Amino acid sequence: MPTAVRPVRIVVAKVGLDGHDRGVKVVARALRDAGYEVIYTGLRQTPEMVVDAALQEDAQVIGLSIHSGAHMTLFPAVVEELKRRKATDIIVFGGGIIPDDDITALKKRGVEKIFTPGTPLQEIVDWLRNRFPESTTK
Amino acid sequence: MKVRARDAKQAWQEEFESGPVRDDGIETSTISGIPLEPLYTSEDLPRRPEEYPGQFPYTRGIHPSGYRGRLWTMRQFSGFATAEETNRRYKYLLANGQTGLSVAFDMPTLMGQDSDAPTSRGEVGHCGVAIDSLADMETLFEGIPLSDITTSMTINSPAAILLCMYIAVAEKQGVSASKLGGTLQNDILKEFIAQKEFIFPPAPSMRLVVDSIEYCAKEVPKWNTISISGYHIREAGSTAAQELAFTLADGMAYVDACLERGMHIDDFASRLSFFFDAHIDFFEEIAKFRAARRIWARWMRERYGAQQERSWKLRFHTQTAGVSLTAQQPELNIARTAVEALAAVLGGTQSLHTNAMDEVLALPTDKAARLALRTQQLLAYETGVASTIDPLGGSYFVEALTDEMERQAEAYFKRIEEIGGVIPAIEVGFFQKEIADAAFRYQQELEQKRRIVVGVNEFTVEDEEPIEILRIDPRLESEQAERIAEVRRKRDQAKCSNALNGLRKAAAGTDNLMPYILDAVRAYATEGEIMHAMVEVFGTYTETAVV
Repeated sequence: MPTAVRPVRIVVAKVGLDGHDRGVKVVARALRDAGYEVIYTGLRQTPEMVVDAALQEDAQVIGLSIHSGAHMTLFPAVVEELKRRKATDIIVFGGGIIPDDDITALKKRGVEKIFTPGTPLQEIVDWLRNRFPESTTK
Repeated sequence: MKVRARDAKQAWQEEFESGPVRDDGIETSTISGIPLEPLYTSEDLPRRPEEYPGQFPYTRGIHPSGYRGRLWTMRQFSGFATAEETNRRYKYLLANGQTGLSVAFDMPTLMGQDSDAPTSRGEVGHCGVAIDSLADMETLFEGIPLSDITTSMTINSPAAILLCMYIAVAEKQGVSASKLGGTLQNDILKEFIAQKEFIFPPAPSMRLVVDSIEYCAKEVPKWNTISISGYHIREAGSTAAQELAFTLADGMAYVDACLERGMHIDDFASRLSFFFDAHIDFFEEIAKFRAARRIWARWMRERYGAQQERSWKLRFHTQTAGVSLTAQQPELNIARTAVEALAAVLGGTQSLHTNAMDEVLALPTDKAARLALRTQQLLAYETGVASTIDPLGGSYFVEALTDEMERQAEAYFKRIEEIGGVIPAIEVGFFQKEIADAAFRYQQELEQKRRIVVGVNEFTVEDEEPIEILRIDPRLESEQAERIAEVRRKRDQAKCSNALNGLRKAAAGTDNLMPYILDAVRAYATEGEIMHAMVEVFGTYTETAVV
């Protein structure tokens, strides 16, 4: 029997001060339904808190949600915190109201993928399946 | 005659059933899931005495003259970057025919913290204007006489502080508080339920709301002390009936809290106002607005025993649905907003904000903001819809749907009562779960194409031209921090500390906190300092996140 490949664990977090949690909850539920292990941190997480949660939960992925316009500050801050904690194997994706120009800039700064409003949930699931083909879901 | 009418209906029924049926799989229920008949007839009309506008229960509107007496107030919600830039935008909107102001604050201001706080980084001036102290508020209204304009302020946890800043600016302009008109959102319950901008736990949060209502009843009598909001509940994913029911239930919770304080119903009820969403399902929204008035009037008169007619009248502001806008083919948002605004007008709104086409991407540019305002002006002056009061009254369909909305809301009131009231229902996550379930259900309908959003899951285009959006200068954050430093340098520090100590002591007791907050504001204490003084006594609230 091959060694069990563990299911992908994803920490989803609301960074920044806004409390708009409709999107993050819908995505969290969809990823859970798709078989991923999802840990939702709740609101107003600082980059440090998000990385703490990811390390504690032994997550491979961090999903960030923001609607306040602070993504250019807070998304890269999470990536930087991962570097500082030598946890760059954890990948970061994000979603929210994020203009096109900012997406290019965020990718350059280490955010692997950005999903914008109107993205079908299946697209997010497909991206994860593609990104972790070797892992199983639950 | 009666028999022949029935025959005609039966004949139609038969023809309908043997006719073609679209097989595109698209739902025929409302966007909230209320099943609809293909046709409504006089048999669906409720049996009740004829209703008139300006008469109990106000289904057809609170004013006997409708929009013939006075058009709705065109009140565009606006604020970005610094007080100085926002002041320029206000003057621009007023010069273009806007009739009331509505302040959008940035996230740090909404969360009661200063621009120089560590957790404010990246947020300053982004989704509204940054206000840290009375000095910023003075700049915000520079050259705008507060005696001549009404202002709405969308702020909740720190609402009392911002109202005090407004009163203090008026004092400096020589305008007495008794002359001030406007609205404070001040609706903390929907924050716990949906928007989640809470700071203090529920009990001290409610105390602050009641303090401001009590204070204004005496000192700022023309002020709408609270804007009980369904907007955020709906935007978070609720159905129309949930929006209606949860909002009115919140309203009754505020009434109960004021009565508990010992106030008399007729002394404050007429200053309670409401704020609803105008979503894209046209008739459902109109029915929702009509039902809201009828339910509130009945509860105020029959359950709370209000004697004065003005206490029975539900007045409301409407904003078109931000959540219905799409980042794809954003020009379509102008059409969506126009339809939603029309529903608000046909529903009899007292004031209206129309969203700008680019608001799904960022705060609106000058041009987009003007187009949004022009959409309202077009409705008011070109279409003729303002000439007849409640033009859909008597429509078989709209009357039946109004009754259905009312029935669903009443069923929710029973469930909330069974849980023990609004605050216990918040604490067990009842509202939050109802809303999240509805949001998820709708998302699934979109994925399965049982609902179509043009440009998103159907009729899409590749390679869209990006539209111009408003950018906030990142230097703003340090500039705003310098401004706070200057305020702290220039103010009388002893006076400021004394005022904050006074507030802290009062918070530990039972006094109305408004005069203490006003003192701190006048002494140029910052918003963050005033909140901090109260947090020391009240503590903070953390919700248990449910997915």
